[in-house]
Amino acid sequence: MKLPSDHKILMPYLTGGAVADWTDHLRALIDAGADAIEIGLPFSDPTLDGATIQEATHAALTRGATLRGILTRVSEVAGTVPLVASTYANLVVRDRDFCGNLRDAGFDGLIVPDLPLEECAEFENQDLDLVLLASPATTDERLDEIARRSRGFVYAVTVMGTTGERETLAASAADLARRLTNRCELPVLLGFGISTPAQAAQAAQLADGVVIGAAIMRRVLDGAGPAELGAYLRSIREAMDEG
Amino acid sequence: MNAFLSAAGLLPDQSGHFGTFGGRFVPEALIAALDGLDAAYRHAQADEAFQAEFGRLLRDYANTPSPLYRADRLSAHAGARVFLKREDLNHTGAHKVRNVLGQALLTKRMGKPRVIAETGAGQHGVASATACALLDLECVVYMGEEDTRRQALNVARMRMLGATVVPVTTGSKTLKDAINEALRDWVTNVDTTHYLLGTAAGPHPFPAMVRDFVSGISVEARRQILEQTGRLPDAVAACVGGGSNAIGAFHAFVPDESVALYGFEAGGDGVETGRHAASITGGSTGVLHGARTYLLQDEDGQTIESHSISAGLDYPAVGPEHAYLHDTGRASYEPVTDAEAMAAFKLLCRVEGIIPAIESAHAVAGALRVIPKLAADLGREPVVVICLSGRGDKDMDTARDFFGV
Repeated sequence: MKLPSDHKILMPYLTGGAVADWTDHLRALIDAGADAIEIGLPFSDPTLDGATIQEATHAALTRGATLRGILTRVSEVAGTVPLVASTYANLVVRDRDFCGNLRDAGFDGLIVPDLPLEECAEFENQDLDLVLLASPATTDERLDEIARRSRGFVYAVTVMGTTGERETLAASAADLARRLTNRCELPVLLGFGISTPAQAAQAAQLADGVVIGAAIMRRVLDGAGPAELGAYLRSIREAMDEG
Repeated sequence: MNAFLSAAGLLPDQSGHFGTFGGRFVPEALIAALDGLDAAYRHAQADEAFQAEFGRLLRDYANTPSPLYRADRLSAHAGARVFLKREDLNHTGAHKVRNVLGQALLTKRMGKPRVIAETGAGQHGVASATACALLDLECVVYMGEEDTRRQALNVARMRMLGATVVPVTTGSKTLKDAINEALRDWVTNVDTTHYLLGTAAGPHPFPAMVRDFVSGISVEARRQILEQTGRLPDAVAACVGGGSNAIGAFHAFVPDESVALYGFEAGGDGVETGRHAASITGGSTGVLHGARTYLLQDEDGQTIESHSISAGLDYPAVGPEHAYLHDTGRASYEPVTDAEAMAAFKLLCRVEGIIPAIESAHAVAGALRVIPKLAADLGREPVVVICLSGRGDKDMDTARDFFGV
């Protein structure tokens, strides 16, 4: 996938199917300056997600969201900005056609948080970019391998913990960002716990961009419409661009 | 044959795979902790002082070796010479004490002050709280809110032993969700915390490590049956939820080709009804809780809630080594319904004066079912070892409701 190199990258996250008009939210995020979008494919046991994205996942599955249904809706916005799916390993390993189906629906990349280096080989070099994750506990040796094998970008998980909003950017973010950007030609995006414009601006200075997830889904779950969500993302975009 | 590699200590492979099963499907943040656990475990295995202390606690604290009891009246009923491996007589009333003592000692060795555990019926929670009290470790137990209500007495036990019980209100509010929540705690507090997983499942090295800690069941039973009968059994039977007592009961017998291994899964209302917990016989392969294995899932890959009268078997997946033993044909897995298990529960009460855990009653029921075929194949009365994994005191509310006594 091709991510911009002339400005800091902003990648919002949206759980597919969490609300009826989620593709309107998707369009609003693109219009508000998203450089790429991460779309969560709901899984019943989201062990790396905190309360907000658990709730969004539960809402999606309760509404009857299915992989096929989400892929059909995604096709509506395909071709605008790079689309990156994220889900858990079970959905990926059980279906030989999984990566191909995602590609056909218009996805460019895939994030699977519970598919570490040891298990991901059979899903690399598909026609979909497999984005690898790094954590503050990852050794330098593993970071080298992650930097080498990841495609599209490297997702730097800035905290030891689950997804969710936090009051301040974790101290571990700066260290991980430095260790990664030193050894990585791909863009490095920081995620987990980034929710305010100030945090986004601060995080963007440390690397090539940010991922915003729980802060968006909390607004969606609280009933924010596309316009409100777009305004929120625009405030993030402006803070990042002002640096 | 590949199946024998597991007994020879050659499986799992270095990355934790049993054939295509097992492995480490966990977030990157947990890899360092699992590497650390694997290294600490391998050092402990080779450390005489660790093994001596583990052996002392197993003997003097946990009351093992557990007896292998020749159950004559059950034998007469079954048409076989039936021996019960009496894990129900262990401290805390089940095989689980073996695993928690091993892992708690390892936690001390790693210098971690805090332990988290998941529990369904509360048995593993009580065992964990016990080992943590003994070894002065902080203990936090995640338990589905639904289960805390069904098993209030075990919640009180854990609290008396000094543990903190955290009711889990997400998802189906049962064991699966308790494990999800424990994993979330672990990824957040991994520097100070060991996750004392209660069964031979999860990411590498848990399936191998838990198997090794509970394998005393079969090491003892093999020696005991040779002492008592001068021969190996024709079959070993155990119940399978996550599968720790079964893998413990199988392990030393895996290289003995003449010994048939039977795992009995919780068939609930019957596998055909969809209301069951038979992951191998009624599920399909996928990834849950860190390992590739058999699990109950719908056509979209969402896990399905399991159903069993036995809380200890009420789990929608199974340890990866069982998946492997199934695929290689070394062990046979069959479902046993709630009704069959409860009939065996009552039978054991009446003919042997032993109130078994409902989990263990599944093994008794399954053994009773396969014995006639075994006898026909052998042309003589078979010798069968049944792992009586736990005692049934905890199940008296269920039994009272079921039988109306």
